[in-house]
Amino acid sequence: MIPLSPQEWEHLIFDGCYLAVFVNGHFLPELSKLPKISGVNASFADEASISLSKGVILDKPFQLLFLQAANGKPAATFPKIRIVAGENSQARIIESYDGFILEPAETNTVTDLMLGPNAVVEHFKVQDEAVNTTHNGHIQVQQEASSHFTSHNISLGGIRARTEISVRLNDEGCECTLNGLYLGNGSQVMDSQIRIDHLKPHGTSHQLYKGILDGKSRGIFNGKVVVHPGAQKTDADQTNNNLLLSKEAEADPNPALEILADDVKVRHGATVGQLDKDHLYYLRSRGIDEAAAKSLLTYAFASDVINRITFEPVKARLKNALIAHLPSPPPFEKGGLGGIFI
Amino acid sequence: MNPLLEIKNLQAEVAGKKILKGLNLTVQAGEVHAIMGPNGSGKSTLAHILAGREGYEVTGGTVLYRGKNLLDMMPEIRAREGIFLAFQYPVEIPGVSGSYFLKASLNAIRKHRGELELDAMDFLKLVKNKMKLVEMSDALLNRPINEGFSGGEKKRHEIFQMSVLEPTLAVLDETDSGLDIDALKIVANGVNNLRSPERAIVLVTHYQRLLDYIVPDYVHVLSKGQIVKTGGKELALELEKKGYGWVA
Repeated sequence: MIPLSPQEWEHLIFDGCYLAVFVNGHFLPELSKLPKISGVNASFADEASISLSKGVILDKPFQLLFLQAANGKPAATFPKIRIVAGENSQARIIESYDGFILEPAETNTVTDLMLGPNAVVEHFKVQDEAVNTTHNGHIQVQQEASSHFTSHNISLGGIRARTEISVRLNDEGCECTLNGLYLGNGSQVMDSQIRIDHLKPHGTSHQLYKGILDGKSRGIFNGKVVVHPGAQKTDADQTNNNLLLSKEAEADPNPALEILADDVKVRHGATVGQLDKDHLYYLRSRGIDEAAAKSLLTYAFASDVINRITFEPVKARLKNALIAHLPSPPPFEKGGLGGIFI
Repeated sequence: MNPLLEIKNLQAEVAGKKILKGLNLTVQAGEVHAIMGPNGSGKSTLAHILAGREGYEVTGGTVLYRGKNLLDMMPEIRAREGIFLAFQYPVEIPGVSGSYFLKASLNAIRKHRGELELDAMDFLKLVKNKMKLVEMSDALLNRPINEGFSGGEKKRHEIFQMSVLEPTLAVLDETDSGLDIDALKIVANGVNNLRSPERAIVLVTHYQRLLDYIVPDYVHVLSKGQIVKTGGKELALELEKKGYGWVA
């Protein structure tokens, strides 16, 4: 029995994707749109498992939509996702979590991604759980030689949302880019735990995580880069920027580096701050009112993370979520967001 | 005729320190006034108080703009009412496109005046001509506000904004500082093109050089928080010859 009507959640489906729908942990084939391509094996019995054979390029992104619906009692779900991208294969995978349940609920997810040599995987996570839901996500990535992994981690909902991402660059020439944006309000706690292990030479990793924290919310970022002995010519950078929009909001950035090889380039930076007063004043001095100016600058703060999202429907979802999160709508033109972003 | 700007006995402090100690100034529409003075005389304080910046405390006196109490108005209202301050040190704002910002600003002012807001196409048409005036390129405009701009480019950008927003009272805070002669000529040209019977321009400047290019109707000397001498454009030349010590 599906307590939710399609109208309630249809808007959460991203256009132009394959789709697997889970409601309260149960896979619903009748609502899903699965690929019928040779070389793509997808099954959703105990876990959502998608594997691509050697050289297969998945033509459309694959959205795994997990919905929590009201059931009259506290709910807990344990989604498991397993993505295996064979040598030279390419895929875009979207995990999205949306809740329609007011009672306390829990989502505990484990996602395993294995990238074979030269595989290219772009991973999106959109977390918009309901107000009393605790979300715990573990994402484990193993990369073989010269593979590319890019992840965009968008955290919007839940009362406590934690995503742990651990990436192991197991062989030479791997590239890993982890982007994240967390929007906190009320009493939310948004927690990002990242660990990247460079095990072999010539690996590249980038982390760009930004938080916009309002109300009494709290953003935590623990980002660790471990460069193992022998992982020469590692190139790693890590940035965490936090924007506090209220007096009680808090951010705890904890960058950590463990470097055990001597011919490497590793840098990191973390900031916590408020909107720049001089910037606000400049905008106001040109006739833009205070609320609009704050919104404009807040939006601009997130723009580099948003611009990294290559898949338009996810990008649009994030833009809208950000606008909804702002205290007042910025002076956008009708029918579009204008050219704010650089 | 009502003066555009009427400042009477203005007293102001910054961080508890008295800077303006009874400043008087009357500006009519159509006039160009130059306010000159040594460092610390209060020139920038005056400019910032007119624009409504935080951190300045007015402890006495009045400032009337078109007969209304200016000090009561928030910065965005002052801008919408037609006041423009060209900053001495314009800030860089990453992530916000210069053209987007200028369009939003123009539309806020137009809306306030009861005029139709412009869409992207009409805005571009309007700015194309003005861009030539201050040699502003498309490339510069589409960057984030002032990002990576040289000092001269930032000042030209200020004048460009001014020419698009068409203020009634333009206050230029040491716009000439740090400019080479070519940049100065471009900036002066932009300002001179804005002269009109309905508009007043107040040039806050340390050096006389700018006034060779933007010829003022009145020159005031600001010293220790007060205007101590007023004259015509010749006063600027006298100051240059004799130095500020002559007046103070």
